[in-house]
Parts: sequence; C-alpha cells; structure tokens
Amino acid sequence: MEKSNVVLHVADVHKRFGGLHALADIDLAVEEGKTHAIIGPNGAGKSTLLNVIIGKLAPTSGQVVFDGQILTGRKPFQINQLGIARVFQTPEIFADLSVLHNVMIPALAKRDGMFKLNMLRTLDSETGIRAEAEHMLEDVGMINRRDMMAGSLSRGDKRRMELAMCLIQHPRLLLLDEPTAGMSRHDTNTTIELLKKIKSRGMTKVIIEHDMHVVFSLADKISVLAQGRIIADGSPDEVRGNPKVQEAYLGGAH
Amino acid sequence: MSNLMPRNDLLLLLGFAIVVLAMPIWLAPFGAGYPDLLQRFMIFGIFAVGFNILFGLTGYLSFGHAAFFGVGSYAAVWSFKLLTLDAIPAIIFAVAISGLFALVIGFLCLRRSGIYFSILTLAFAQMSYNLAYSVLTPITNGETGLQLTLSDPRIVDVALGKTLVGQPVPNILGQPLSGYAGFYFCAGFLILAFFLAQRVAGSPFGMMLKAIKSNQTRMQFTGFNTRPYALSAFVISGMYAGLAGALLAVTDPLAGAERMQWTASGEVVLMTILGGVGTLVGPVIGAWIIKYFENILSALNDNILARFWSFLPEGMDSVLVKITSKFVGDGWHLTLGLAFVIVVIFLPGGIMEGVRRIAAAFRRSDNSAKPSARTQPAE
Repeated sequence: MEKSNVVLHVADVHKRFGGLHALADIDLAVEEGKTHAIIGPNGAGKSTLLNVIIGKLAPTSGQVVFDGQILTGRKPFQINQLGIARVFQTPEIFADLSVLHNVMIPALAKRDGMFKLNMLRTLDSETGIRAEAEHMLEDVGMINRRDMMAGSLSRGDKRRMELAMCLIQHPRLLLLDEPTAGMSRHDTNTTIELLKKIKSRGMTKVIIEHDMHVVFSLADKISVLAQGRIIADGSPDEVRGNPKVQEAYLGGAH
Repeated sequence: MSNLMPRNDLLLLLGFAIVVLAMPIWLAPFGAGYPDLLQRFMIFGIFAVGFNILFGLTGYLSFGHAAFFGVGSYAAVWSFKLLTLDAIPAIIFAVAISGLFALVIGFLCLRRSGIYFSILTLAFAQMSYNLAYSVLTPITNGETGLQLTLSDPRIVDVALGKTLVGQPVPNILGQPLSGYAGFYFCAGFLILAFFLAQRVAGSPFGMMLKAIKSNQTRMQFTGFNTRPYALSAFVISGMYAGLAGALLAVTDPLAGAERMQWTASGEVVLMTILGGVGTLVGPVIGAWIIKYFENILSALNDNILARFWSFLPEGMDSVLVKITSKFVGDGWHLTLGLAFVIVVIFLPGGIMEGVRRIAAAFRRSDNSAKPSARTQPAE
C-alpha cells in the first residue's frame, strides 16, 4: 500500500461502551479518489466507526487523521469545514424548509464558513448560491421539486436531496451511511449511477452498506468488519474469495 | 427598492404601517382609541416581534425575556435622570444595556437547549427580579420604583442650559411625549422594528435560524457553529425587549421590578403563540388582542355586569353576574387562560392559522362556485 496518497487514516482506534468493546484495533487507510466500502453483519460496529470518524463519538483510544490533520476531538462543524460531508442512515434534512433552501444552506456554509452575521442581504440577492443549488438539483434529477417542503418528499427523494446537500459542498471526503437503505430497486440503481458519476470527479468516498449489489458496483476497496474488528481488507475480488468473510457472513446462519 | 426587500414584503410593511398609524381612527369604535392604550399596543407589539425572532425563527423558548424589558426600562430612566430628558439617548442607552445583558445571560443559557434552556432563562429572570427588589435597590429603588425627580442631575440638559418647567417629562427635541405624540413616537419604532424583523427573517442569517429550529444535527454536520447563531438571535430579541422597556419608560417614566416578573415573561410567550409562532404579523396581533382584552375585561366590575345582564328575569341575572364576575376585573387572567387553551387545542398555529384557514375556505368555495356557474347555462 502506498502511504503517500492516503487521505483518511484511522489509526489504532478502540471504542468501548461500558463492557462492550464496540471497536477494537481498527486500522484503516482510505486512498484519495477511491471508494472504500465498509461491510459487515449487523452490530459489527460500522456505524460506530463512522461516528468516530465524523466526530460524533470520541474514540476510547487511537486517532483519526484526515489529510495530515487530527480529527479526534474536533466538533462536527469543524470536521465538515475541513471538507468532510456525511449522508445519514435516516436522512437528516431541514424538513420545514423548501428543497431549494435545503440545498442552498450547505452552499452558504461552504462560502461563509461556520458563522457569519449575514443580515444585510436578502436571500433573493444570493443569485450565485441559488444558481449553484438549482444546478445541483438538476444533477440529482430533483429540479421539479425545488419549491416543495423537504418534509413532504418521498423517502428516496429525501436521501437524494441529502446527497445533493453534501455534494454541493464539493467535499474532499464523502461518508455515506447505507445510502440506499429502504430504497426501491429502481431508486437504488439511480443512486448507484449518481455515485458513479461523482466517482469520476475524483471525490473520495467511504460507504457503509448492507446491499452487496451496491458495494460490488461501486467499491474500489472493501474492509470487512465483524465484532468490532477488521477481518479482511482488499479489492472486491479478494474479499469475495476470502474464507474468513464467508464465515463471518454465513457463520450466524449455523 | 427591490434590492432592499422583495415586493411582497414591501407591501406587507406598507399595509402594516397604514394599519398602525390609522389605529386611533379604526380602534375608536372599539373603545380603544385613546393614547395610553395605543402606546401599550405599540410597546408590547415590539416586545412580541423581537421575542418571535428567538422563539419563532430559532425555536428557543425563553421564559425570561421580561428581564431584558425591565433592564431597558431602568436604563432609560437612568438616562433621563443622569443625562437628559431627551428620549433618543435613553433609547440608545437602554437597547445597548439590554443587549449586553442578553449577551451574558444568553451565553450561559445557550449551553443547553430545549426545556433546560427555558428553565435556565426563567431562573436568570427570577434572579434579576429578586435582585432588583433586594441587593440592587440603590439602582432600582426597590419596591417604590425608579422615578424622575426635580433634583436629578441631568448633566447634558444642565450643560445646555435647559431649565425645567414643572415636572420632569421625557421629550424629543423639546416636544413632550405624552398623548398622541407618545403614540406616534412608539408607532414609528414599531414599524421600524417590524421592518428590521422582516429583514432578519428574509436574510441568509434568518434562513440559518430557521434551519437551526428545523434540524440542529444537520446544521452541525453542514459546517455551521450553531451556538453563535442562536446567541445572535437571543441578543437581538433581548435588544427588542430593551427597546420596548425603554419606550414604556418614555411614556411613563417610572420603572418597577414587577416588569421583570415571570408572569410578564409568560405574557410575551402567550402573545406570540396566540398570534402565531414564526409569523411576522401574528405576534403583534397577539400582543394587541391580549392588551385590548386586559384593558376591557379588567375594567369591568359587578355594577357594569349587572347592567349588562339586566334584560334577564330577576334572579337569573344575579346568577349570571356572579359567574361572569369571576372572569373579569382581577379575574381576567382566567379568561386569558381559557382563550389560550382553546387556541392551542383548536388552532395550534394561532390566529394567523385561523386567518389562513378562512382564506383557504374562501378560495375553495370560489372554486366550487365557478363550475356550478358553468353548468347552469347548460341546463
């Protein structure tokens, strides 16, 4: 492994919840521009790992380094401002605001930083940001819903909008927590297409996913998590043939 | 002008200004067209508009905003005593002091959100109230209340060689602010306050406040530090409260600690909810309605009620007088409580939701009327 183009490095991370060792000895290197999938059975610690990376949970020991900067101990908004965006398992959106405003807000965060007392302008005069948001909505095929309340969107559309909210910030690293969970096959396929499109732009992605179809269509590299440990690491083909992985996935069926 | 604000907002502001300035005319038939009450309509309207920026836009329910109102009053009276009887310096001083006070209290209270935030604001406001009655008596003059006297220093007025004729009364450029002059002075500030609230709500900053109310988690993960946003909203609404408190001191230069009591804080919450949380006009209407009924109902007594029910047969009227007397006079809070319960249960969006529903019903009946009009000629 070439260490030079590793953009995210999870180094020796442990996380305990009381007696539960949720993450043990996690060492993960995500390379620039690659799509790195983290898979594993339920309760393997996938979401915990994502929460440690994004700053929602503090690791018991170890640290997370992004582009030479230690993320551990930073607040979520600081981590975002470094160029990391996240799609949640259940979409976190502004349900009371319009779709257009939902997408404009992250664009303003990117432009204005973590705080700006921007009271002298009107929202209507933010034509640049608005155009950017409309362009983004066209990209994800939601421009015809721009004036709808975000809370009244279908589940699939909420996820697509949340993805648009992340993409408009042009993050260097995009974290996706089961981006297609609860979607129909059709919506899943459009989401895969969309994610492939971003891949060609050179954005680094970490995906947590149950759906093997999604994982094998997108991932350049896969890490398999079971009982809080990484039991396998490699290209999709390597992982597919790994007996330990098959045991972890099929083991529960005995 | 389109750069300053969208056309609809401008029309709303214009309509609002007309309604406010014409109040002495259109409120006269309702027995409310006299300056003293109209001034209170303006003052509590400003209080409610500012409160709505914190509660309606940002979603933080403060139970302690009367503290900023009281601080505004005290600051204004001190300005009259020490500097000059001119109202403008008093208002500037009051807004600055209450803003500073809000900055400190907001900084502490905003370490928590939800119910814990509300309890903290309540605690700080009650603390201010009790301090005003005890330790801070040299500043607040305790139970007597802070008032103007002939022997006040009034440094600026004295330096300018202005001599006092009769009792000290706040003025603007020598024009005393009593009666309708006081009303139009306060009305100007209400319109200004409304305009500024419109600007805040329509700015990118205002959208951030709405986004904080909608989803704090997403705000954090979108790269916003939500605390300074909420604190700014808190300070702005505290300054509005201070402005309202200062205007009350301008029209009636006697500041008492009861203005800071929790019931006063609760009242502005009721005004906002009654009128419509998160709307621009709603809180003002809520303030007007509460102040109107407070004025009307608390003035009623058994004699007036007896006259009102006198058309009923003997015996029945005295029973009704007994029942209704519980709801008027000092008991008018009972009426307010009942009205509040009814609004919250049947119109959670307040009076503004009622207005919207009625408008929607009219539009529906319009639509259903048109097809029937078309079918008629066919018959």
